Amino acid sequence: MPTTAPSPKLSTAFEQGGAPLSDATASDSALRRFLFGLPGVDAVGLEARAASLGTRSIKTTAKAYAIDLAISMIDLTTLEGADTPGKVRALAAKAVNPDPTDRTTPRTAAVCVYPDMASTAAAALAGSGVKVASVATAFPAGRAALDVKLADVRDAVAAGADEIDMVIDRGAFLSGRFLKVYEEILAVKAECGPARLKVIFETGELSTYDNIRRASWIGMLAGADFIKTSTGKVATNATPANTLLMLEAVRDFRAATGVQIGVKPAGGIRTTKDAVKFLVLVNETAGEDWLDPHWFRFGASSLLNDLLMQRQKLSTGRYSGPDYVTVD
Amino acid sequence: MASAFEYAPAPESRSVVDIAPSYGLFIDGEFTEAADGKVFKTVSPSSEEVLSEVARAGAADVDRAVKAARKAFEKWSALPGSERAKYLFRIARIIQERSRELAVLETLDNGKPIKETRDADLPLVAAHFFYYAGWADKLDHAGYGANPRPLGVAGQVIPWNFPLLMLAWKIAPALATGNTVVLKPAETTPLSALFFADICRQAGLPKGVVNILTGYGDAGEALVTHGDVNKVAFTGSTAVGKAIARSVAGTDKKVTLELGGKGANIVFDDAPIDQAVEGIVTGIFFNQGQVCCAGSRLLVQESVQDEVLDALKRRLSTLRLGDPLDKNTDIGAINSAEQLARITALVETGEAEGAERWSAPCELPSSGYWFAPTLFTNVTQAHTVARDEIFGPVLSVLSFRTPDEAVAKANNSQYGLSAGIWTEKGSRILAVADKLRAGVVWANTFNKFDPTSPFGGYKESGFGREGGRHGLEAYLDV
Repeated sequence: MPTTAPSPKLSTAFEQGGAPLSDATASDSALRRFLFGLPGVDAVGLEARAASLGTRSIKTTAKAYAIDLAISMIDLTTLEGADTPGKVRALAAKAVNPDPTDRTTPRTAAVCVYPDMASTAAAALAGSGVKVASVATAFPAGRAALDVKLADVRDAVAAGADEIDMVIDRGAFLSGRFLKVYEEILAVKAECGPARLKVIFETGELSTYDNIRRASWIGMLAGADFIKTSTGKVATNATPANTLLMLEAVRDFRAATGVQIGVKPAGGIRTTKDAVKFLVLVNETAGEDWLDPHWFRFGASSLLNDLLMQRQKLSTGRYSGPDYVTVD
Repeated sequence: MASAFEYAPAPESRSVVDIAPSYGLFIDGEFTEAADGKVFKTVSPSSEEVLSEVARAGAADVDRAVKAARKAFEKWSALPGSERAKYLFRIARIIQERSRELAVLETLDNGKPIKETRDADLPLVAAHFFYYAGWADKLDHAGYGANPRPLGVAGQVIPWNFPLLMLAWKIAPALATGNTVVLKPAETTPLSALFFADICRQAGLPKGVVNILTGYGDAGEALVTHGDVNKVAFTGSTAVGKAIARSVAGTDKKVTLELGGKGANIVFDDAPIDQAVEGIVTGIFFNQGQVCCAGSRLLVQESVQDEVLDALKRRLSTLRLGDPLDKNTDIGAINSAEQLARITALVETGEAEGAERWSAPCELPSSGYWFAPTLFTNVTQAHTVARDEIFGPVLSVLSFRTPDEAVAKANNSQYGLSAGIWTEKGSRILAVADKLRAGVVWANTFNKFDPTSPFGGYKESGFGREGGRHGLEAYLDV
């Protein structure tokens, strides 16, 4: 346990052989000191920066590149109580072949479902290169005993999930029990085996940007492969500002440790215009290393159709309409 | 920035603005040639293309314009405030309606990016007219007693860095309070003032209330020394400001001067670092650093200096320099060859004096006037680049250890226009702001402007305030 508060200057501390980051999680109080030593976030400035990047004008060739990239980054999602194997199979077919009229359209990154639908999705996507992502850990509230959450994860992985989207315990986080949040992520990560772990913070419930930065560091320290904004089940989901903040976190984490971690905004991104703005954020914050489906995803359901319509517009010069893309 | 995600060119169309091949002086509601027939050319600093040829005012034209303004003053000042307000509201609305045209025009004539003219200059110009339009019928309640009187004819000389915005800062309060004006825009950026003259006609403003004289320093000198001018307002260099102060000494002219600056942007170790970096960029690279209140001195606490500098260099490497009409351009052209030469000379001095230069890796266009975003480290208070106003995209980085040292260094300047404080600690903001001798102190932001907020300097940065209720005083006989 370190005797002094860890420096927020992680890169410097790391380069100079200072306290390794593992010390930050040695105890509840050490983790708290570390998290509170991170630089604060000025909300006005953060939102102004996100808004200013939102004014970038992405046209012609750049737009075509962005649309295809965005399609390839989608975790095509259905998370409804009414989900059926038929619905999941339809979604899987769309993920593999988003636009039946244009086979050059890239496939999406993954299909995201509840654990009981993971085996259906895995069967439908076998050999396609599209990943199966499953939410777990008593998604979306996360209000269950750890054993139940871990069983949920085991179940999903056994059913063929390549990626697990877990939710953090917001109750623990908001009551200041940061180590509990951290240890739960560790336990889930251990249960994932080869599956990549996305850690959902539910940023709308964490409420402040300082909290989002702290949650990002807890997730990254615990071995998350992705940090993800939200479940899509609350009022405020992904925003340009909270995604920009998380992109800064993964950028800083790689500078400090050399480890690259992905980012996934989810919920509320419905139009091509929105998606392109997020890609501009990625490009000008984390940089081009993150412009890859392995490192950046969109959690979305309706976004894909808008991207497809814009893609058709670019290639034909004409707008089609909602009847020219598939409804799932 | 080499990236897989290359932004395709996204130029704003030039076709929204129709620039005539020549323009006259705007005197008594009419465009007219200079008495001696002299003209000069105005070029686009990003391409050196000649945009137009405009009349060059001389002493005879100044006299004609002041006479026109004097003649118009009687009726204009006698109008009820609510009537003057109508004209100002009308002007504000026309500016909003024509804002795209004016933004493109300003970008062409000045060289600044369309992003800035569109999102900063033009909205502020309209806001300034709206704001002072609201004051015109409420002067009784401005704190100067009942029925405060205007001064008469205002002679106004403005710079080239924010041509239309500086015009708005000068003309809006002058008209609201019942004065008439003769305004001289800078010789490198005359066009937007001439378009404003057209807007005055469009708004039906009575003849002679606003007169625009394009020309050089000699016209400005003739204007401020004219015997029938009651008020002199100048924004520009400290050297010219001093000359003006000398020329009006012993007269009863009321004077406001808004001059140079060497703003300190102070970053404490508990600052929100990512936002502070954005604020540093906004502070010194907004408008290519050609801003009198630019945060041209970065004072950073030693314990976070390396972290801030690394982040700043990374950020500067993403700035997009190039065609000012491209909507994705962050850094445009320097306004003139003369200004570029001045920046270049001061940067060479900085290097010769031992400061360490770093410039963002970006390709400069082959024609036009360009300077890459640059910062100097290892700068001390003794370096020229820490003392002289460069008026370009050049940041001098100094460090400090304690808040007292930060305040002492920030105040150790012949200027006192602006300063910035970056800390998450509210009490520190208040304590430090209280000790800074600067007309504007921004906390956790920089270069934010609003017509309701007074602006002006201490020491060699000038005197008098523009904007807000305080800005009325400069145009009232109080």
